Amino acid sequence: MNFQQMILKLQSYWSDQGCVIMQAYDSEKGAGTMNPATFLRALGPEPWKVCYTEPSRRPADARYGENPNRLYQHHQFQVIMKPSPANIQDIYLRSLEAIGIDPKEHDIRFVEDNWENPTFGAWGLGWEVWLDGMEITQFTYFQQVGSIDCELESAELTYGLERIALYLQQKDNVYDIDFTDDIKYGEIFKKAEFEHSVYSFEESDKDMLLELFNTYEKEANRLIDLKLVMPSYDYVLKSSHAFNLLDARGAIGVSQRAHFIGRVRTMARKIAAAYVEQRKEMGYPLLKEGESNE
Amino acid sequence: MNKNLLFEIGTEEIPARFISNTKKQMTDYLKTNLEKLKLNYEQIEIKCTPRRFAIFIYGIDQIQPDSEESFKGPAKKIAYDEQGNLSKALAGFIKSKGATQEDLYFKASGKDEYAYVDVKTKGSQTKDLLKDLFEGMIRSISFPKSMRWGGKDLKFVRPIRWLICLMDDEVIPFDIEGIKTGNVTRGHRFLGKSEIIINSESEYEQRLYDNFVILDDEKRKQLILSQCEDVADSIDGQLMMDSVLLEEVNYIIEYPTAFYGEFDEKYLHLPPEAVITPMKEHQRYFPVTDRSGKLLNKFITVRNGDSYRIDQVKKGNEKVLEARLSDALFFYNEDTKKPLSEFVENLHTIVFQQKLGTLFEKTERIRNLSARIAGLLEKDLSDLDRAAMLSKADLTSSVVFEFPELQGIMGRYYALSSGENEKVAEAINQHYLPRFAGDELPSTDEAVIIALADRLDSLAGFYAIGITPTGSQDPYALRRQALAVLNIMMDKKLDVTVSELIGAALENFGFIDFDSEKVKNELEDFFELRFKNILSDLDIRYDVIDAVNEVEKLNPDELLMKAKELDSWVKNHEITEVLNAFSRVCNITKKEVSGKGVSEELFSYREETELWAAFKGIKEKVELLTKEKEYIAALELLVSIKDEIDAFFDNVMIMDEDMDVRQNRLSMLCSIRDTMKNVADLSKIVNS
Repeated sequence: MNFQQMILKLQSYWSDQGCVIMQAYDSEKGAGTMNPATFLRALGPEPWKVCYTEPSRRPADARYGENPNRLYQHHQFQVIMKPSPANIQDIYLRSLEAIGIDPKEHDIRFVEDNWENPTFGAWGLGWEVWLDGMEITQFTYFQQVGSIDCELESAELTYGLERIALYLQQKDNVYDIDFTDDIKYGEIFKKAEFEHSVYSFEESDKDMLLELFNTYEKEANRLIDLKLVMPSYDYVLKSSHAFNLLDARGAIGVSQRAHFIGRVRTMARKIAAAYVEQRKEMGYPLLKEGESNE
Repeated sequence: MNKNLLFEIGTEEIPARFISNTKKQMTDYLKTNLEKLKLNYEQIEIKCTPRRFAIFIYGIDQIQPDSEESFKGPAKKIAYDEQGNLSKALAGFIKSKGATQEDLYFKASGKDEYAYVDVKTKGSQTKDLLKDLFEGMIRSISFPKSMRWGGKDLKFVRPIRWLICLMDDEVIPFDIEGIKTGNVTRGHRFLGKSEIIINSESEYEQRLYDNFVILDDEKRKQLILSQCEDVADSIDGQLMMDSVLLEEVNYIIEYPTAFYGEFDEKYLHLPPEAVITPMKEHQRYFPVTDRSGKLLNKFITVRNGDSYRIDQVKKGNEKVLEARLSDALFFYNEDTKKPLSEFVENLHTIVFQQKLGTLFEKTERIRNLSARIAGLLEKDLSDLDRAAMLSKADLTSSVVFEFPELQGIMGRYYALSSGENEKVAEAINQHYLPRFAGDELPSTDEAVIIALADRLDSLAGFYAIGITPTGSQDPYALRRQALAVLNIMMDKKLDVTVSELIGAALENFGFIDFDSEKVKNELEDFFELRFKNILSDLDIRYDVIDAVNEVEKLNPDELLMKAKELDSWVKNHEITEVLNAFSRVCNITKKEVSGKGVSEELFSYREETELWAAFKGIKEKVELLTKEKEYIAALELLVSIKDEIDAFFDNVMIMDEDMDVRQNRLSMLCSIRDTMKNVADLSKIVNS
């Protein structure tokens, strides 16, 4: 099964479970959790089911296209089931079968992992799902997002697509993955990986990035005061990416790090609170009768 | 008739590290509450897998015993009104107890007579009590981190998905936050059925076994162990046993099948720890050695399942380990491209604590303090400074960045490969000892001194900037570090006091604005408390600890010895009167300062002359014995003047009107007090 087919299978599987298939959010981010379809929708009492493929950028993990596993940008397949159904683990395991992983032929384990993203004030409890000793999915029951307690706990599933593909296709190097039957992963991304590595580690302009961070932060705060939740959130994402670039460049000292993280978290918290307020004012449009929280 | 009760809590995978403690909490809760409910039973047993807690209460009563209780009501004099009718008070009392006038009687209580009723309560059916019992139990369990799910008003470590409550073969129906009890359980996730009807408690365990769940944790653990040993035998290897890992593996598996995997022999060129750590900590594999204890390029792991397509599982695991080892090898090769001393510069980039500077600065302080400590111990160690300088260098290596638990261990290897001598290398490794409570302690002189310097530097630094442990909050593990300092000092019988060490450590923090005297006192108190903990762990009486605890004067080993001796003296002697005598001395001299002279011309009573003579007769000998650490002998001699003390207090009026006479008497008692305190402060010993 090639990379693309795998994504299609997962989409179709989760679509059958009632998920909205969304597209990746068009702003740089480090993880699918930061897509507003997760970060904001996880808040409040409204049910929400969604799945999407999220290209996730982690400048510090860039390796000039030379490391067989680590990437500047990898792909996450993200699922939110809110509220989490009582049989969510079974539903998840069947999704593995949908992409050709028969649990009886493998050793699948749920290994304790308490997920936390301090930058976005989010944490939850759950597991890493292991396939024959390899982590393939992060499974989390959100408890807090944007420093706000989740009213209706979501299950978040984050599949590491490259890892699963390496396994399914029995490849040792991520760049050898068949994206389609004719095109390799490396043919699409390798050059970009190299260039982003050069940029992240050598060419990025620290002063400019720092200025951008400050500018984005200012704009996010201005917009949140105007109660423009989505535009404001866009600038939080941008500031977070600027921070990640600065971090990869080694431009942020250990003690400053906590300070920057705190600044992003403050913005994220304000936006989360504003979103909750906004949905309330709108009368929780997605809260249809008969929805029960299981 | 008694029956057997089964309560199963079906869950999603519980983190292995919480299971033992949860079992204990459940058992304690049930014992306490069954006793409160007056329900007899033969035995409680709890068996667990990652997905279930199965609680068995064997031979439990089916019904609570009836009980009768007397209730006291209003006094007789206000029980009736003038017309002889029931007063409001009495009527209300009868009604509140659900009794009638026929149940009423009067009985004297104290001076008056009071109304009484005896209320008989029929015992409840046990099955009617189970909801409250088990719901109470579930809600009572505390986890380091627990969660909510599905909008329920319930917290647990992971979601609870089903409940079984069976009394022999009868389902006891109730629900906890919408989760209903029944008689349906689930087998192994992939091999068993997802719905198994359990007809009676007695068939439960067998039915689970039929569905690939070995319920009994102890049996499962033994099975895992014997499987692993068999596999090790089959490859002519020896299992590197680790009971903590075995316990963890046991609690992530319902049905074990052990197998082995291999990795490329080239990784055996890595330090063994760098191979073992990713295997054990990251992958939960057991390493394998040959008969002589040399690491083999094999590992043993346990599948949660049977042997179907196990070749595929093996291949997958080998691939994952290969990736981790290839990282480790890559990092190791990078690290060994330059000598360890070159890593020291990188310590500039790691902040130890914002106000306390970088790790480089900390290392400089460790060097400084190590030299001071060596001076105090009168040791001349030529490798000490080199070892101190390199002690933290490996923290900037790639292997330690990837596997932090290898700090010190990698430092030792890197030191050796950079041509440092064995003493330097060993000190780098050992200065982290003890790594946990009960771990071995550093053995070489260099390691001992750097181990002390490292910890004392942290303690002094954090106290100087006002970060001190409070309650359960001790983020920098200062308590553990102080304890380590004391244990090392006692183990090596170091002839230096904690006060001297604290003083030396604080001298390095001139760049911080703090009250040095105050912080020193705080740290002494902090150490004193840790020391008390050590002593009370040795079952030494708490008051004895107070009586000897003077960190500023003695080194910890001496304190320990003294406490032990005083403890046995106190426990084996009739000392009530002795203590009374010396307490009187201490009480009356509470506000007196030492060192004022005594003049015999001012004596007017025989008893004061005699006390002074008796005291002078023993004073020097007591002080000599104390100095020679013959504490028991010193004490015996000291308390020999008890009769003279008693006679003095009984016959002499200390607070004489003549201030000189009064002061003279107080000064004499002060002298006695000071000599006593030098041996042990007997006034701290509680008279029983």
